[in-house]
Amino acid sequence: MKMMHVTTSINGDPTEFLCDPRETMLDVLRDRLNLTGAKEGCGTGDCGACSIILGGEVICACLMLAAEAEGQDIETVEGMANDENLHPLQKKFLEHAALQCGICTPGILVAAKALLEKTNNPTETEVRYWLAGNLCRCTGYDKIVRAVMDAAEEMRSL
Amino acid sequence: MALDDAFEAREFKVVGTRPIRPDGIDKVTGRARFGADASASGMLHGAILRSPHPHARITSIDTSRAESHPSVKAIVTRDDFAKELSGEDWNVLENVMAGERVLYDGHAVAAIAATSVLAAKEALALIDVVYDPLPFVTDVDEAMRPDAPVVREGVADESVPEGMNPNVVRYHENGHGDVDIGFAKADLVIEKTFKTEAAHQGYIEPHACLAQLGADGNGELWCCTQGHFVAARICARLLGIDASQLRVTASEIGGGFGGKTTVFIEPVALALSRKSNRPVKIVMSREEVFRATGPTSSASMDVKIGMRKDGRITAAEGEFRLQGGAFPNAPMEFAAMAAFAPYDLEHVRSKGWDVLCNRPKQAAYRAPGSPMGAFAVESVIDELCNKLGLDPIEVRIQNGSKEGSRAAFGPRFKRIGLIETLEAARAHPHYRAPLKPGQGRGLSCGFWFNHSGETSVTLSLSYDGTVSLAVGTPDIGGSRASMCQMAAEELGIPFDRVRTTIADTGSLGYNDVSHGSRVTYASGLATIKAARDTIQKCCARAAEEWGIDPEAVVWEDGCAKPSGHNAGDFEPMSLAEIAANMGDTGGPISGHFEATPTGAGVSFATHIVDAEVDRETGAAKVTRYTVVQDAGKAIHPSYVEGQFQGGAVQGIGWALNEEYVYGDDGRLQNAGFLDYRIPVASDLPFIDTVIVEVPNPGHPYGVRGVGETSICPPLAAIANAVSNAAGVRMTHLPMSPPRLLKAMQEAGIG
Repeated sequence: MKMMHVTTSINGDPTEFLCDPRETMLDVLRDRLNLTGAKEGCGTGDCGACSIILGGEVICACLMLAAEAEGQDIETVEGMANDENLHPLQKKFLEHAALQCGICTPGILVAAKALLEKTNNPTETEVRYWLAGNLCRCTGYDKIVRAVMDAAEEMRSL
Repeated sequence: MALDDAFEAREFKVVGTRPIRPDGIDKVTGRARFGADASASGMLHGAILRSPHPHARITSIDTSRAESHPSVKAIVTRDDFAKELSGEDWNVLENVMAGERVLYDGHAVAAIAATSVLAAKEALALIDVVYDPLPFVTDVDEAMRPDAPVVREGVADESVPEGMNPNVVRYHENGHGDVDIGFAKADLVIEKTFKTEAAHQGYIEPHACLAQLGADGNGELWCCTQGHFVAARICARLLGIDASQLRVTASEIGGGFGGKTTVFIEPVALALSRKSNRPVKIVMSREEVFRATGPTSSASMDVKIGMRKDGRITAAEGEFRLQGGAFPNAPMEFAAMAAFAPYDLEHVRSKGWDVLCNRPKQAAYRAPGSPMGAFAVESVIDELCNKLGLDPIEVRIQNGSKEGSRAAFGPRFKRIGLIETLEAARAHPHYRAPLKPGQGRGLSCGFWFNHSGETSVTLSLSYDGTVSLAVGTPDIGGSRASMCQMAAEELGIPFDRVRTTIADTGSLGYNDVSHGSRVTYASGLATIKAARDTIQKCCARAAEEWGIDPEAVVWEDGCAKPSGHNAGDFEPMSLAEIAANMGDTGGPISGHFEATPTGAGVSFATHIVDAEVDRETGAAKVTRYTVVQDAGKAIHPSYVEGQFQGGAVQGIGWALNEEYVYGDDGRLQNAGFLDYRIPVASDLPFIDTVIVEVPNPGHPYGVRGVGETSICPPLAAIANAVSNAAGVRMTHLPMSPPRLLKAMQEAGIG
């Protein structure tokens, strides 16, 4: 199948790539751009491990065709830390031991970042429902929810 | 310097603290490399053709059309693997790639390597397989019937009584006393039948590997596995090559819970690589993970318990029938052994049956067998307490196993912490908190054996006095942090002076899999002993420098010191000083440990659950949850709590939602996370934890494994809570809304 040429922005970097029209954004991020932070846990939009931010909204990269990236702004987990400085969410996930195996962590961090950009004072219930599309099998979500709420508190004080 | 394994009480400096895990930054920035994150120059992509039938004879496989596809570089079938294997090797190979028959929906039949994932998947449709469908069976009770379709002949071992269906392949029995005498002494005897459905470990990372194997038998394998040494051993046998010629590197692993203790795609990728002479990567889809890896067994169980009015259990009897797919070794003996372990019983008898069905070969899932057995036993105890008007914690304390109690499965327990978990549960505010209308409370104990296994560790000094620790047990949940803590504790240096690496199979002696809750116990013990070996060598260097007897040197606060004034008057020599001079004082310094430790301490837990039931829809929700578990000694308490919470929530999923649903066609109906629903954040409350520390006498710091015991009580505790909320005893898991609604309707509730 003839390749498509796509011009986009990823974590603020101007990016061009060629892709098969059948390839998803996740395929291109991982296999063509070597941005393997987003993970494929299901390929059907059920697990959220491939969460990225597209124009300010959290989406599953496995449900987006790569060709749709034309002219868009995309954020991935690789863009969360500001040079050497971790994002408050990243710091709080480490402090709270909010990860065990770590495979869901990039997707959860990206989703949580989008939440905290919408509201800096979410309730526990809001955090739980916001993250309901991100599966974690190790932690039971307890420390994840605490880390997100603690990060929100820190960001409010900044 | 003591080199034995025995527990010795001490004050800790690093152990018991909560440092940031050393692999943490990689994991929060996306840098950590998991199974599917690797690639290689010239790499091909593999895809596997799978059976659409639950049971069929393979009449023919014609690959000629696929071979002519321009992107296809290699195709393998069973002919491309070792011949004349037997026993478990044959079972693993038969599961990895079908021989004469397919034995379950999803069973691998052939595989392709092509230049892209899309091309490989496209070309699968060009392989022509002719099947001759055969009768099948997917339910454990049906499979035991005399007239049930036979999955495989000749599998049963000598333990099985004559006259059983060939699907019954192993039988186990344990216990002591005379249950008839015991039941005669009871004021109330309750007997019930229970069922649990198969659940999947549900790790978020699908199996993935990257393999390279030359015609000379020299190979490299990168894969997400709980045990790369075991993967090397199995793959070598299945490929007919030498294990030492295959170097296996464990990637970061995105969850396992027992499901990544064996191989599925790795031998296939190696076979494709050998045939194409190029690196081959295979990544499973989620559907493949559900259909063709190793879910846990489903179970059918009868439990009968007798109790006096004062709460004393007089006798207990159980029968545990587990199906483990189309291959032997369903963990029925673990169910039969663990079920009554929390109780000190005079009369107990437990039987287990291992049954074949046309389902994928079961793999371990966190304390395999124990959660099901606990569900049946602890449900009957709850019912007895309800009927006799007794407090469920007091009854469990009254009957609970303690040091010296004879376990139902034989041995007498050493120091154990069951009673301490019950007392901590009784003292917890949760136990006395009032319930709202429509809510019920449930309680359960749980037991797991914990495992030791072959373990090798090497600890090496760098010239700057920092330490490299090489272990061979993949880090699934933060174990590198606890290894660094134990090495730092023993050496008397700060946590961040130690770096722990998971060494590949070419760089370290053999290690058993990261399973059986063994890592913090066994690799931890090995780390402590490798550190002590290093200390002995450092003390010898100091003694040599000072011209005194090595026996006159002690190690304190990270320094060699003369043991007293009689030994001589020398300034302490730090680890860093000894390391800086090691080249001139005898050469590099490394400490080692290689052994199979034998002191893994058993572990107990008590869980308290509140649940509410929607009587219109049958939906049950957990509203409060408290885990109390004996950790022996929590090295990194945050990750111990994480194991408690994770096990509890997996139990919530298994109890309320998760099940393998097979259709009348014998095919799996729900091979995806949409229809196989694991708990999400909005389903759950916070999971409260209490860490009890009753030291394991078989570990220098008292560590007991913690990973598995946490999933033993939840099925029963949640079933007890839901049953008490719904007003009807739930005997079939999961208690999904339709099943719960039906039970309430049949009981005239709602």
